[in-house]
Amino acid sequence: MANAKVSALAGTRPEAKRDSKLKWSRISRNWQLYLLIFPVVAYYILFHYVPMYGIQIAFKDFIATKGITGSPWVGTEHFERFFHSYFFWRLIKNTLGLGLYSLALGFPIPIVLALLMNEAKSAKFKKFVQTVTYAPHFLSTVVVVGMMMIFLSPRYGMVNHLITMFGGQPINFMAEPAWFKSLYVFSDVWQTMGWSSIIYLAALAGIDNQLHEAARVDGAGRLRRIWHINLPGIRPTIIILLILNLGSIMGVGFEKVLLMQNNLNMETSDIIATYVYRAGIQGAEYSFSAAIGLFNSVINFILLITVNWVSKRVSETSLW
Amino acid sequence: MLLESRGDRIFNVSIYIILSLVTVIVLYPLIFVLSASFSDPQTVLRGEMLLWPKGFNLNSYAKIFQNHDILIGYSNTILYTLIGTLINLVMTIIGAYPLSRKDFVGRNAIMALFVFTMFFGGGLIPTYLLIKDLGMLNSFWVMVIPNAVSIWNIIIMRTFFQQSIPYELQEAATIDGCSNIKILTRIILPLSMPIIAVMILFYAVAHWNAFFSALLYLSDKNKFPLQLILREILIQGQTNDMVKMSTESAIKQQREVEGIKYAVLVVANIPVLILYPFLQRYFVKGVMIGAIKG
Repeated sequence: MANAKVSALAGTRPEAKRDSKLKWSRISRNWQLYLLIFPVVAYYILFHYVPMYGIQIAFKDFIATKGITGSPWVGTEHFERFFHSYFFWRLIKNTLGLGLYSLALGFPIPIVLALLMNEAKSAKFKKFVQTVTYAPHFLSTVVVVGMMMIFLSPRYGMVNHLITMFGGQPINFMAEPAWFKSLYVFSDVWQTMGWSSIIYLAALAGIDNQLHEAARVDGAGRLRRIWHINLPGIRPTIIILLILNLGSIMGVGFEKVLLMQNNLNMETSDIIATYVYRAGIQGAEYSFSAAIGLFNSVINFILLITVNWVSKRVSETSLW
Repeated sequence: MLLESRGDRIFNVSIYIILSLVTVIVLYPLIFVLSASFSDPQTVLRGEMLLWPKGFNLNSYAKIFQNHDILIGYSNTILYTLIGTLINLVMTIIGAYPLSRKDFVGRNAIMALFVFTMFFGGGLIPTYLLIKDLGMLNSFWVMVIPNAVSIWNIIIMRTFFQQSIPYELQEAATIDGCSNIKILTRIILPLSMPIIAVMILFYAVAHWNAFFSALLYLSDKNKFPLQLILREILIQGQTNDMVKMSTESAIKQQREVEGIKYAVLVVANIPVLILYPFLQRYFVKGVMIGAIKG
């Protein structure tokens, strides 16, 4: 699909001329392009940048009648209250714990899956595995959590039927704080591993077959070839995705956590995002929860920039 | 072809075993739900149904189609998906096309404006307050406007425009006196049908599965999308199950509800199920195009 000829030809156009007259003639000649993109720019400003302006309520005492700008400043009061509250460490522990657990399992499994699928010789078999493993990606979070609850139901679920069949006591999985993180991570792996492997499969398809031929002549077995050819071949892809994943380690799938959360598993399932939702939307503590939300997104942002910077230094692969 | 060593043969076999295992793990819950929805709920709840339907009947489906909430939710979701996808598509095209043009002065600045929102945002509360101030709470539009376009898809579409449509074609059209909008509608769009199909599928699935903005912004039950109704039946119903376990009739009624759950799951995913062959083919294509410039 890529057309290399285009960029080659485009390079011959007199792009070097940077005098302002040409620039203005370009702008006026292309006025329709500005007209076209205007609604999109307006959308981004209204729905993405206005809320960024609204972040200031984190440093204010938001009073609905006075609005965002008119509310009085209170400095870092909300942040201090958050840092000193007794649930602060619980939220940090749960948010970070869930993020790391997800990363530890959810990140390598698609890579392994892609490497394995790439080795399967029968194209039909490969196609079948792909068709099946991609499917859960299209289910909604509500459906996946709903399925999990049905299967794990203490009285009717098939998992507990199995447990009792072997003489065990039924476990109320969804109500056990100890089970929450594992259920979250494993159901996520179940849903996303196939889909996440696509990008690696694409990268594997781009590896030059001659490398494999040469290695085979040199007597390298298949495991060695995977290790020395395939893995290095998809390394840039792995790194880019690792950067993105590390950068969002504190931004775990909030919707799913919210759906899986109940009063009984709160001890391990309460993360920053769900707390913001409870305190802010349900409790109407707008300023306080905006402060917590800001705390979370700043950490995310710093993480992303740091990881990207480190990666640029170490592996010369980076997002920008 | 060189001879395979013994190690390689073992390796080969293990690959097939592992992949088959993965496939079974992913497939079994899906088949179970499908079979259970056609079975007598009693057999499912007692754990007698294992793979194929037992005591085949369609009672659960009949009950669903008598359920007012599900029907309303279904039609709402169809409406949100149709209107929402249309808005998404138009916004993605008019956003991506100018950005694909090398002679579009300011493209880098505008691109930066868009991309920055991928990494930083106002967060839940300021966004909620904005929606409230705009008077969009509990309106139809809150389901389709605040997520009118996604930057990922703009990038994918822009990449497609740049790489698959020769720039000379556009230059020639300009020389012939074709305006930019005409270039877009007469030349670009007819050549972009594959990517437009990808976009429609991307956005439509997202709308079909969305529940959070409804949870956040809607309180009128007549506007609830299917996913919120599903949540009530599948998840909140389940939570009740942990607490109350009173009379005989309550237990019987509950069993009925348990049986319905499977059918609800199937009905909710019918469109996705039907579209799956297309989804798979086109989505993979979309992911590939995205990956080039990921």
